[in-house]
Amino acid sequence: MKLTKALMTTTALTVAAGMVSAEAHMTDELTIVSWGGAYSKSQQLAYNEPYMEKTGVTIINDESSAEAVAKLRAMNEAGNVTWDVVDVVASDAIRLCDEGLAMEIDFDEMLADGDDGSKATDDFGDLLVTDCFVPQIVYSTTFGYRTDMVPEGVDAPDEVCDVFDLETYPGKRSLEKRPINNMEWALLCDGVAKDEVYDVLATEEGQEQALAKLGTIKDDVIWWSAGADTPQLLADGEIFMGSTYNGRLFSVIEEQKQPVAMMWDAQVFDLDGWIIPADLSDERKARALDYLMFATDTQRLADQAKYISYGPARKSSAPLVGKHADLGIEMAQHMPTDPNNAKNTFLYNYEFWADYRDDIDAKFQSWLAK
Amino acid sequence: MSDTTKTAKVLAADGTPLKRSLNRALRLQKMRALMLIAPLLLFVLLTFIAPIADMLFRSVENEIVSTTLPGATQRLDTWDASLGEAPDEAVFEALYYDMFLAAEAKEHTKLGTRLNYEETGISSLFRSSGRKLDDIGEDRIDVLEDLSDVWKDAAFWFALMSGPEGAAKDNTLLRTQRQRLTNLTDDDFGGDIGFEPSAEISALLPRTAAEYTAFALFTAIEDRKAVAKQKPWEAVKVALTEDLRRADTISALAGYSGPGAAELKAAQTAAADMTPLNFRDSFVDIDKDWADVDNWQTIQTYSPRYTNGYFLNAVDMQKSPDGPEFRDEKERIYGLLFKRTLFMSLVITASCIVLAYPVAWILANLPMRTANLLMILVLLPFWTSLLVRTSAWKVMLQQQGVINDVLVWLGLVDDGARLIMINNQFGTIVAMTHILLPFMILPMYSVMQTIQPSYLRAAKSLGATNWTAFWRVYFPQSVPGIGAGSILVFILSIGYYITPEIVGGTTGTFISNRIAYHISSSLNWGLAAALGTILLAVVLLLYWAYDKIVGIDNVKLG
Repeated sequence: MKLTKALMTTTALTVAAGMVSAEAHMTDELTIVSWGGAYSKSQQLAYNEPYMEKTGVTIINDESSAEAVAKLRAMNEAGNVTWDVVDVVASDAIRLCDEGLAMEIDFDEMLADGDDGSKATDDFGDLLVTDCFVPQIVYSTTFGYRTDMVPEGVDAPDEVCDVFDLETYPGKRSLEKRPINNMEWALLCDGVAKDEVYDVLATEEGQEQALAKLGTIKDDVIWWSAGADTPQLLADGEIFMGSTYNGRLFSVIEEQKQPVAMMWDAQVFDLDGWIIPADLSDERKARALDYLMFATDTQRLADQAKYISYGPARKSSAPLVGKHADLGIEMAQHMPTDPNNAKNTFLYNYEFWADYRDDIDAKFQSWLAK
Repeated sequence: MSDTTKTAKVLAADGTPLKRSLNRALRLQKMRALMLIAPLLLFVLLTFIAPIADMLFRSVENEIVSTTLPGATQRLDTWDASLGEAPDEAVFEALYYDMFLAAEAKEHTKLGTRLNYEETGISSLFRSSGRKLDDIGEDRIDVLEDLSDVWKDAAFWFALMSGPEGAAKDNTLLRTQRQRLTNLTDDDFGGDIGFEPSAEISALLPRTAAEYTAFALFTAIEDRKAVAKQKPWEAVKVALTEDLRRADTISALAGYSGPGAAELKAAQTAAADMTPLNFRDSFVDIDKDWADVDNWQTIQTYSPRYTNGYFLNAVDMQKSPDGPEFRDEKERIYGLLFKRTLFMSLVITASCIVLAYPVAWILANLPMRTANLLMILVLLPFWTSLLVRTSAWKVMLQQQGVINDVLVWLGLVDDGARLIMINNQFGTIVAMTHILLPFMILPMYSVMQTIQPSYLRAAKSLGATNWTAFWRVYFPQSVPGIGAGSILVFILSIGYYITPEIVGGTTGTFISNRIAYHISSSLNWGLAAALGTILLAVVLLLYWAYDKIVGIDNVKLG
């Protein structure tokens, strides 16, 4: 009896000691890299503050996501990676994974199960596009237009092809200064079936066809390179319609109350999420994984939608999406994934663009410069 | 003259020739001066010159192909692309072992990205093939492992490869494999790994021993695990079945009595019945693009450790079997951008001169008190963030902006035909001229301050008109200020990036915007480095030309 008790105490002690040492093996500082602005704020409120409260860890914010790929490579070459968790878009995550700059993640092992008990791999489903990347939100690139610039006697534009229709909808447009998305939309509006777009785009003729279609509106396009450009151009009345991220349009419409409406048609879904840099020390890796486990669970992802209109990446989070924290409006209808908005959507083909990005970008930039 | 120097050497007080004595004294002085500036010199070398040199070196460096696929690139040397057929089995066999190790070290996708800059599609070819390499020789491994469980046993493999206790070791093999891994990963693979291949087994099963040693090094150093406790990779087992089918091995095996002799002999009998493994077909099964001659040609073209490919790319050319050739008209861009960058930088410099000259003249000729006040007005925008100033120009110049609104209000411009002044060259020139103006005003001002007003008065009193006095007397004295300002403005504007990006649209962007794209987005640092090198060379060339034409002594900052 005595022996059993002694044994049990020792076991309990060992376990406790083990847990204590596991805690002690994590750093108490965490550097998180994100995009800044409203997006970082939503992460701060939904993930970082609760995490700091729970663990007492100090979180250092770095707003370098736009240059994350190059900076991570430079840090890696210098042998001094100072970041612990980095927020990047999926295509950058693929590049980082290919370059060996991001750590591979065992999703079921390292991430929390969904609230409904589903495994992480099922809960995220197809959104796990590479082994190194934990998706956080689904965002979309779509068009917004000024409602007061719609000509009299004409219906408001509701199809992506209206962007190419200068006769019915005269006025300037804004498009992103890169081939991705624009080439797909051009082909869609040039009579190519949706499921054939990437096959066509893989050929020289297809690329020329897309550029020719874009050429029909080239003189009326302002090309943007920062996400804030289109909202500003819309607010100033510089353009009639323009593409940007859906969250930016939400803020123009609902927060700044500008006469702008969303088109949603042929919106292109894309993902944003976390990667952990490769080759972190064990203590830092443990801390980063602990944060990731917390920040990507069902409740936290749903919480983020209170502050910004991007859809949570977990299926189990969707029912938990509530009202906007300040505006008090239901957020579900503003999610790009809402059935009403997602009637006609387009999926960004990561594999295709990983291969063709350099080639098509060269042709696109050459076409633009002439 | 020569006579005197020969016959009468001038001596110093201590009897040494004066010339030598003087030289020594001077050398000491020079050394002391060098010591004084040494900290700064070292600092500049380490923090400025070395990183730039390193970056520029990337424009020719191309080791990744031959370090990732050492075997395949070597065998590819003799392959002739013009025959229109993918390389032979030997290349594919080498490719298998190269790729397997590279995939374990996660280096194959890096190479895929590198080659994808040259031939679209290689990126995904390497990525997907890396995942499916385990399929190759799968049946053979099954046969081997069905034969005896020892082939699944890590300890057995370790004993087999180490040989009996006290056996002679093959240190050359260990060294070459260390080098192979160091080349591949850039990490240090030195140090004891608790394993040495026995010389006997390395002679008997050369391929297997090589692959096992690579596996052992990787396991011990990269994964930090005990070699004897880890099961070897599939590639090691495939290598074994291949080795066991070689005539040399079969004949030598009869005399082998080391560890695992019985298992090896049984495996040899089984291996003899196996269907020959066709690496070429296996790779084509994984992805049909492995049969594509273009892909192989790209690998062959970029096999050397150094390449001029990036520089060719940077001048809109590409490598082809018949030597460098120009790219398709539709893909040319850098030549245009270089020309545009130079042209616009010249225009910006010229407009800065025109605008800055009168301002500097007024500043230099006003009483000190008023001049200082005006100076603050010049410097104030200088202290404002670049981004803020550029964005302000957006508000000013856009079609619904301040200037257009005023023009419409004045009735000078029709509401429907507002001027387009931004997102084009005009916008870039206006914004950059404004931003760079202080760099022109300041050197001009400090030079003009030193020009004596009495010279002008003297010229006029001698009968010169206002114009002649200015042109013949004042202007020549102010040229050093123009020179200094022009060099500053021109060199600054040639590398400008953020302003053209924001207000340049499509016709007002510079070469630096493309360099930034390749640094931060496409990660094609080699091409970015080549573009940067060309830009640097152009600047140095212009500087040299300036020195020849105007003379660099003629530049004054004050």
